[in-house]
Formats: sequence, C-alpha cells, structure tokens
Amino acid sequence: MFEPVLLRNVDVPDGHLLATYRASGGYQALAKALDEHTPDEIIDLVKASNLRGRGGAGFPTGLKWSFVPKRAGKPKYLCCNADEGEPGTFKDRIIMERDPHQLIEGMAISAYAIGAETAYVYIRGEYTLAIQRLEQAIAEAHAQGYLGARIQGSDFNFVVHIHCGAGAYICGEETAMLDSLEGKRAQPRLKPPFPAVEGLYASPTVVNNVETLACVPHIVARGADWFRDIGPDKSPGPKLYCLSGQVRKPGLYELPMGISLRELVEDRAGGPLPGRKIKAVIPGGVSAPLIPAHGLDVGMDFDSLAAAGSMLGSAGVIVIDDSTCMVKVATRIIEFFHHESCGKCTPCREGLNWVVKVLRRIEAGQGAPGDLEQLEALCKGIFGNTFCALGDGAAMGLRAALVHFKHEFVAHIEERRCPYH
Amino acid sequence: MNMREKIQTAAARYPDQRSAIMPALLIAQKEHGHLPGPVLEEIADILDVERIWVYELATFYTLFHTEPVGMFHLQLCDNVSCMLRGAEDLLEHLEVVLGIKKGDTTPDGLFTLTTVECLGACEVAPVMQVGDDYHGDLNIARIDALLDRLRAVVGQATGAGIAAVAPPGE
Repeated sequence: MFEPVLLRNVDVPDGHLLATYRASGGYQALAKALDEHTPDEIIDLVKASNLRGRGGAGFPTGLKWSFVPKRAGKPKYLCCNADEGEPGTFKDRIIMERDPHQLIEGMAISAYAIGAETAYVYIRGEYTLAIQRLEQAIAEAHAQGYLGARIQGSDFNFVVHIHCGAGAYICGEETAMLDSLEGKRAQPRLKPPFPAVEGLYASPTVVNNVETLACVPHIVARGADWFRDIGPDKSPGPKLYCLSGQVRKPGLYELPMGISLRELVEDRAGGPLPGRKIKAVIPGGVSAPLIPAHGLDVGMDFDSLAAAGSMLGSAGVIVIDDSTCMVKVATRIIEFFHHESCGKCTPCREGLNWVVKVLRRIEAGQGAPGDLEQLEALCKGIFGNTFCALGDGAAMGLRAALVHFKHEFVAHIEERRCPYH
Repeated sequence: MNMREKIQTAAARYPDQRSAIMPALLIAQKEHGHLPGPVLEEIADILDVERIWVYELATFYTLFHTEPVGMFHLQLCDNVSCMLRGAEDLLEHLEVVLGIKKGDTTPDGLFTLTTVECLGACEVAPVMQVGDDYHGDLNIARIDALLDRLRAVVGQATGAGIAAVAPPGE
C-alpha cells in the first residue's frame, strides 16, 4: 500500500498552519539539512534521488541546481513557478492552499543548496486562497525562525516573496516567467544563457515547480534510496495526478510515478460516467498528445509516455468519453493555444490563427476537401519552428487527434455537419 | 494604507522598480475596479518608470481590465475539462438569464460575463470565478441560486465594498 507523502496533510483540519505541519514532522528536514549537510551534499542527494521536474519538462532537478556557479559575485535567486496554467492541472493550487509549509520548507532547503538568499513564488493571480494561505505561512515561518536571518541558528539567511501573475499561460515557460518577474511582457528568452547562469536580473537563478520543491524535504528526511525505490528508477518518486473530465471521481491522487494510466483512470478515478465508454485520455494537460482508449496500458512517467508518443507534462489527466466530439475538443485546445500565444514568433502567432480558422469551419460543417492536408501542413510549419514549446505542444496535440480520430474529421467534412449535434 | 503606500511597500520586495509594475496594477485595479489611462500614468509616476512599460503590461495580461467591468465579474471557465462537464450549457443559460452575450455587461452594471481559460480547479468542473471566489460543481440550478445570492447582496449592501459582501462559496 502506497503511503501518501505530498498529500499527507491536505485533508487534515488546519493543514495549512505551522503547528499542523510541525506535528507531521515538518521542518525537521530543514534542520537536518542545515545541521548535517553542506549545500553540495544536498545537491548530490537530490541528484542521487533522480528527482525530475514536476512542472512538465522532467529535467533532473539536482543537475539543474549544479549548473549554478559557486562564486557568482552576484546574488542568486530561487524562483518557484506556481503559475499553474496548463489546462487540466490543479495540484500546485492544492499544495499551496492546504499544506503551504511543505513548499516553504522545500524552498528553504533548495535555496540553501544553491546559495540563494531570496526567492520569489510566481503564483497565479486567480489563486486568491492559495495566495492568502502562502502569505500567512510565510509570516508564521518567519516568526518561528524557519525563514529570515540566521535560520535555526545557522549562517543561512533566506526570505520568500510572493509575486502574483496576471493571466498568461506562457509564464509556465521559465524564461518568460523571469521576464514577467522583471516587469516585462511574458515572452520566452533566447537560450543560452540559461537561467542557472543568467536568470532573474541577469543573476544565477533556479526555477522549480511547486510539486518539485515539495518533494525536497522528503528526500532529505528519508534519503535518496527511498525516493528512487518508488516507481521507475529513471523517473521515480511519489507523483500527483490531476483527474478531470468525464470520469466518475475527478480529483487529486498521489500515487507512485509509473502507475498505469488504465489503473489511474478506471480503478482509482472510478472509470467513465454511467453508461459511457472512454474514448481517449489526455495524460498530461492539453499540451500532451491524447491517447486513444486502447492505449491506456502505459506507465505514467516521463519515459514511458514519451515512448508512447505523448508526455507526462503536468500530469493533468483529462478523460474524454464517447459522447464527445473530438473535432470540438481539438478546436477548443487550439483556441486555447492561440489565445495564449505570446506573439513573439510568427509560426506560433500566425500558424495557430490559421489552424483555429480551419478547425472552426470543420466543426461548423463547412469544412472543405483538403482541409486535413491543410492542417497537417500548418502543423509542419509550426512544429520545431517556434521559439518555445507552446507551439510544439499545440501541433503535437492536434496531430494526435488527426491521427487517432481522422474518421471524425472526415465525417464532419463529408456530412457537412457535426455528427455529435 | 493608500494606493501609493501599498505600491511602495510592494516595490520594496524587488531590487528593480520595474518588477513592481505588476503588483502595482493589481493593487490599483482592486482600488479602482479597472485601469483607465490616468491610473496607469499615476503608477508610472509612483514607481518612476516609463509609462509605456505600465501600458504594455496592462494590455498584455488578461487579468487586467482597461475598460470598466460590472460589480460582479462572472468568469466562466470553458476550457476542456469544464467543457466536458457542461460549461457550454451554462454559458448559454447565463446569456439568456442575464440578457447579454459573453463579453458584455448588464445595463444596470451588476454583471459582466466572460469566459476564461482554465482556472486550475478542474476537480470541481465546471467552475466559475466571481470576484475572488471560485464556485465549482456548477449546474443550472446552482448558477440561478448564485445569481440570486449576488442580487440579494446588492439589495442589502449600502455602501459596503464588494470584498465585504463576497458571496459564500459553494
């Protein structure tokens, strides 16, 4: 039986308060890190754990930290990406609302490891309750000496500031988020230089996701072997899965990395709604190519899903049943990407505009022969030719719908109507 | 604290004043309801930054409104997870009962209706944000009850701010 770690406090009354967090063993990992480990030892520990970034890209966290220069001659920054915008994803919100100290402890240990004294949490402006709870938790942690000067009697000083976002999906891309933090429009930067060398205010910066940082105290407390023993060796650890859509028990589930998508959807989340059959599942937020019902026996980890032609992304698992028109789903996904395109590069800004127009006319029963070839040509013009992964995500998502549900697109064009209306 | 003091307090968190433009816009919008040109220029003056920097952020990010919005801004999510749970029917219903199309404000200035991208609460889809509050697991009956509560709040409120009379969550 898998014991929840990241969600251990979320259903506890007052789980957001320091007293509750401490009663569950909270802040012992920070004390241990400061007492028993050098910063480099913490980096080595996180490397050994094989923790990979939970924001979507799956980059090894310890390796990312190790790119920060030891002697920079400038302040270093830790930024927590809490701008959770990937449709179908709500895990970071729940951590911040119900167990914010877990994030603060993770940030403190991570900042100690990379030598940062200041952190910013870039959090969605819509997340009012999460912002309030995190503000309260930061104040409590300060009052108890878990943040501030000379933390727990050590030489380590660390403060956390909250920075509210204002509605821009592109801030999920770390360099766009850094530009936004600097008071600019959120648009991705040309890399290199990478943030570890030149990030916020041109200083060495690490950007990590909320869930990634929340894993860190547990790795320090229980060891790298404990973490690596959960799930696949190359992509291990406890994982938060966000279940939504046409499924009986939508919600947040903590289970080992690598659990099968079928078990997650059919057993844990109760399967399809009464009288319905699953048609497809989007496994990692709308950027992740959908998987048709016959492909659900795939492990929910970075490598297994990549091998299956999709991705784990943010683990936003969206279940789609047989009452739903796939052309409509594809259209809605591309409308989203088109709306959120930052406008910096032409293939994404213009390409998605054309894709939306073609999809809308197909859905409206006004599609023309040749439209599907047109869509593929547009995908080809976008994929691999954009500044960041936003355009790629859109093209990959559309291609998956075109490949697995081509018959639905064809039916719309041939019958000159949406068969689901 | 007045608006200027709140903005200056927020600015102290950053080594560069430009970073404080976004927090300043959020503070100003809470104060004024929306962000007309003179407010943007006041922010530029308080932070001593270029006006264009303030304008470009106010028009880039979707949470900022340069035009007035109703007392209650109904922001219905119609992204995939909410769409799969009936958000379209809710939008149609809201348009009928409010007598406006999405993007519009009722003539009495009470309600502005917009659709928004994923609010990050898909476990309780379909979801709508009203002011600072999320309302989840919505259906037509719950939408009607919510609108009644909001209207009742206006009936009772005499001079109280919106925050002070925020409707209870679902």
